[in-house]
Amino acid sequence: MKQQIIMKLLTGMAGLGMALGVATAHASPEQDKQDLIRYFTSKYPNVKVDDYVYGALAFDPDSKAQYDAIMEFPPFDSQIDAGRKMWETPFKNGKTYASCLPNGGKMIAGTYPMFDEAKGKVVTLEDVVNDCRVANGEAPLKTSDAKTMGALSAYMRSLSDGMIMNIKVQGPKATAAYEEGKKTFFRRTGQLNFACATCHVQNAGTRLRSELLSPVVGQAVHWPVFRGGDTLVTLQNRYTGCFKMIRAVPPAQDSTVMNDLEYFHSAMSNGLPMKASVFRK
Amino acid sequence: MRKLHQLMTACALGAITLTGNALAADAPKELTGKQIAFDRTKGNCLACHAMPTVPDAESPGLIGPPLIAMSARYPDKAKLRAQIWDATVANPSSSMIPFGKHGVLTEAEIDKVTDFVYGL
Repeated sequence: MKQQIIMKLLTGMAGLGMALGVATAHASPEQDKQDLIRYFTSKYPNVKVDDYVYGALAFDPDSKAQYDAIMEFPPFDSQIDAGRKMWETPFKNGKTYASCLPNGGKMIAGTYPMFDEAKGKVVTLEDVVNDCRVANGEAPLKTSDAKTMGALSAYMRSLSDGMIMNIKVQGPKATAAYEEGKKTFFRRTGQLNFACATCHVQNAGTRLRSELLSPVVGQAVHWPVFRGGDTLVTLQNRYTGCFKMIRAVPPAQDSTVMNDLEYFHSAMSNGLPMKASVFRK
Repeated sequence: MRKLHQLMTACALGAITLTGNALAADAPKELTGKQIAFDRTKGNCLACHAMPTVPDAESPGLIGPPLIAMSARYPDKAKLRAQIWDATVANPSSSMIPFGKHGVLTEAEIDKVTDFVYGL
């Protein structure tokens, strides 16, 4: 009798172990993205996945029409121009950004954030720009500063306009960073108890008061954005804003937490074209 | 003499102004259930819920179900209050903010909001 109970317990524990094993096995980024796309397309069969790069505008033809009209004469051109001047101005040693970035800095933005094996961590495009500056004897820029790094990165991303987002997650360390980012995205936090996913998966395409919520797929291709026409907001500035809105303490920008989040977030847009410099409300 | 008179008037006026300020500072504590429900920094119910029977509940969000016929849907008012206090008890994947559990509203505020919502 006693033996039977023990056997039952053991069988039960083995079963539980198997179940846990299945639960902790990591889905690949491609699998995660396909799962999300299946979720969104079953909810909104009439919205094309290719249009997700327009964010909430994809769900509202009127707003999309306004966007198209504004984008004919972008109100933020002067800021992109300021970024171009920064990009073209040589360092004191005579070298340029183009000289220390892969492919002269063109058509590369869709591969960032990238897992840097040598550093053992995720690096963003902004980190690479700062590495380039430091290697050439210049002080690094503050990644959250709209006037300097913001404008520079906006111009740099315009050099990758139309590039297909292609974030690679290869090897155990890169996978671990990706999984950390995924956890941050799906973990509820803050006094208001929201996860990123609460709005941008569960309720994407729905109205929060008068605002339409955008789907996570397609979000990462178009940063920095110019809100209200000319206020430059970087992707991590936006993360900070989201954390504050849900009354959570935002992790520091360019921290491992933020960069891992950007890594996961960007991988969810793999296969979609970069839309450099866009207007958002 | 005249100067003294002016001074006294000024003091009296000052006193009235001060009392006025003190009253104004106390006023926000006396929010009604509806005011708490509508306040963006308090209940902010309209971010997610429509209130079809309330004329000034403009451009509501559509994330949660519309708040209508609440006394029929929640014959037990305590259940409605519990839902506002922490909706994730009944449904762990609910998007709703746990207003009581996370101290977003005080217990007294939740009572008032429950009364207001119950009447919709």
